[in-house]
This record gives sequence, C-alpha cells and structure tokens, in this order.
Amino acid sequence: MTRSLHRVLGSHPFFEGLPERHLEILVGCASNRVYYGGDVILRQGDDATEFFLIRHGRVAIEIPSPGGPRTIQSLGPGEVMGWSWMAKPYRDRFDARATELSRVIALDGKCLRDKFESDHELAYELLRRFVGVIAGRLDNAHLQLQDLYGSASDGR
Amino acid sequence: MAADMGPAATLPLPYVVTRRRRELRGTYTLELEPASGEGGVSPAPGQFNMLYAFGSGEVPISVSGLASDGTALVHTIRDVGPVTKALCGLKVGETVGLRGPFGTSWPVDSIEGNDVVIVAGGLGLAPLRPAIRQVLEHRQNFGRVVLLYGTRTPEDILFRAELQRWRGRFDLDVEVTVDSADSSWSGDVGVVTRLISREQFDPLNTVALVCGPEIMIRFAAQELENKGVATEDIYVSLERNMKCAVGFCGHCQFGSFFVCKDGPVFSYDRIKRLAGISEV
Repeated sequence: MTRSLHRVLGSHPFFEGLPERHLEILVGCASNRVYYGGDVILRQGDDATEFFLIRHGRVAIEIPSPGGPRTIQSLGPGEVMGWSWMAKPYRDRFDARATELSRVIALDGKCLRDKFESDHELAYELLRRFVGVIAGRLDNAHLQLQDLYGSASDGR
Repeated sequence: MAADMGPAATLPLPYVVTRRRRELRGTYTLELEPASGEGGVSPAPGQFNMLYAFGSGEVPISVSGLASDGTALVHTIRDVGPVTKALCGLKVGETVGLRGPFGTSWPVDSIEGNDVVIVAGGLGLAPLRPAIRQVLEHRQNFGRVVLLYGTRTPEDILFRAELQRWRGRFDLDVEVTVDSADSSWSGDVGVVTRLISREQFDPLNTVALVCGPEIMIRFAAQELENKGVATEDIYVSLERNMKCAVGFCGHCQFGSFFVCKDGPVFSYDRIKRLAGISEV
C-alpha cells in the first residue's frame, strides 16, 4: 500500500520532480480516498486539516449564494485542492463536492504544518508549488469576474 | 477581396428571412435567402456579412453556417444594441439588406494533416461552426480534433443540440466549461483556457483556431504557446467596429491592419504584439 501510494504521489503533476526524501515524508501523511457524486469533501468554516490530489473524477468548488450554492470552479485529474490548512485561521474557505466518482489522495496538512517547522526545505518546496497553483487560480478568477462572454464590444 | 465583388461590396442586396430560431435569451439565428430567388453568395468559414436592418442600421455578422441544402446563409445574432435588436426581431418573410461576404477565412484546407484544437468562447462558437463542420466533413484528413468551449452559464451554451451530437462522435473531443453554475451542473466550471492546459496534443503538428472575446483570445493564445504551439499556427478571429467592410473608412483599424479586409481571421504571429496593447 505504502509503495503504491509512493508511486501515485510521485507521478502526480503537483509533486513532479519532488526529491525522494520529501516524497517519503508525504507518503507518511497520505491516504487514498474515494468520493461518490454528491459527497461533500470540504465544508466552508470547518477546520482545514487536509489537502487533496485529484486522480480521477471531478470536484466542484462551491460558495453559498441566495439561490443556493454556486460552483465557481471545478477541478479534475492532475489538480490539487485545498490550501486553507497552510494559513491561519486554518478554516476551509469553500465547500467542495464531488460531482462524480472521484479518487483522491488526501494529505494531512496539520501533520505537514508540524513538519514544516523542522524541515524548511520541504516547506519551501510545497509552498512554492502552492503559490503557483494559487496564482493560476487567481488569474482564472480575474477572467471569470470580467464576465467575458456577457456582451459584444460596440453595442450596435 | 472586396474589389472582386463588384457592387455587392457596397450595395446591400435584399435577402428574405426564411427561418428564425431562438438560440438563447437575446440570441437568434436567421436563415437568409436572396429575395431575387437567384443563387446567393458562398462565404468561406470565418467570413462575415454586413446585415442592414432597414431603418436601424448596418452591422457586421459572422456567417455561422449554410443551411443544409446550401441555399440559405445562416447568421447568429445577439441583441446588444438597436441594430442587432432590430435584426433579432425580424420575422420570417421580412427583408434585410446584405453585403458580403467579407474578410479572411479559417484556413481549413491548408491545415489538413494536423491536429486541430478549436477554442471558442461565448458567441465565438458561431464564426467557428462552419470551420468545425468543414473539418468534420473531411475528418479523415485531420489528426486529433478537439473543441474546447467556454461560456457564461449552462443556460448560455450555444448550439446545444449540435454540441451534443458532436460530443457523441468518437472522432471529436468536445469539452465544455462555464464561468459559474448551480449544483445541478456536473460539468466543468472555470475559464476555457484551463481546458487547454489539461489537453494533451502534439504541438509540432497542431493548429489552433480561436474565437471569442479578445481577452480570452489573448489568454488562450498564451496557454497554447505554453503548450508549444507556434504563434503562426494559432489563428484567431477578431471583432472590431466594422462599418464599410472594404477597408476605406478605418473604423476597424487595428494597428496597421483593417480588421474588415486584413481579418477578421489572423494568424496570431501577425497581431500578437498589438494584442497586448490595450490602447489599440
């Protein structure tokens, strides 16, 4: 089991090129999970203790809105979900719900936070990767906010 | 091109609305046939016509297809102002003025042998539809064909029935994403450029056709370049304020180009520098 987790983690794009020593640490904090369509994975406001590498399926990131939850982003295979475990107040900022059968690797963020204090190289590697993901998602959010497809340019 | 057209370049000819279909809220497709009953024009995929709503004005509208028997020109129009509102309100049997076709076209013939990645945003699917249909008619001459479509919400998906048919084919990959959705939507949510980054294709033999809002085009081209697609293999269709459509008036000037006659379809290497300048 540990060997296959090691292989899965090492082949996930988010951990591409990660030193063996760091992979070993991560395997110790990882578990394999399956969610079915409709299962809630994260709930806004809950303690943020984990993040997820999506291997298969699709997960919707949702925010509450007056007419019911709105999906603002979906994540699929090869993507990573959840960074609230890294920064205070360590509370999940969004709901996350599997929209179909989804296989993920869950990583214990709380455990990793403790390891970061003593292993700054590991902390740097992971933070560097998460910053790249967050920057990309921020770019996408900016595009979504512009309501690109809303209207033509000259209004004739 | 306009010089070859004779009077049709500047004189609107009467066309009759033979069919009108509501696509989405505020978006209609009109089928138009020459009022004379004689054969009409044959636009290439990506070209546009100037449609004249009598009493309101004239606007450039991309050709979104030919009717199945080839006699009618198909235009898909979103009601965003007085002229487009008048066009959307036309009934079957009413007449519209038409000049065209104008502009450059998608290079469907010359890209045979390649993989084709088609990126459409919102109503940008309309000018691409004739190119997609042509690719599918000659499917055996292309490698992998991928259509990536982004729009506002699931209710704003254009040509839904046709997209579903295309999605059902084994030789075409269709991915659709929306900007936001309620929980009844189980598909992708996010900008269309994210779909590009997920795709696997051979950049050395890939040609991309991109149409949508200009900012989407810029980010899509950037993502395609990140995947290794050469700028000269990325074709984009620009929308500008076309008035005369024959390169006289300058309303659609884009740097040293007139979009009406040098475009609307450009290879991205020709306009990349200009695309990054917000004042142009």
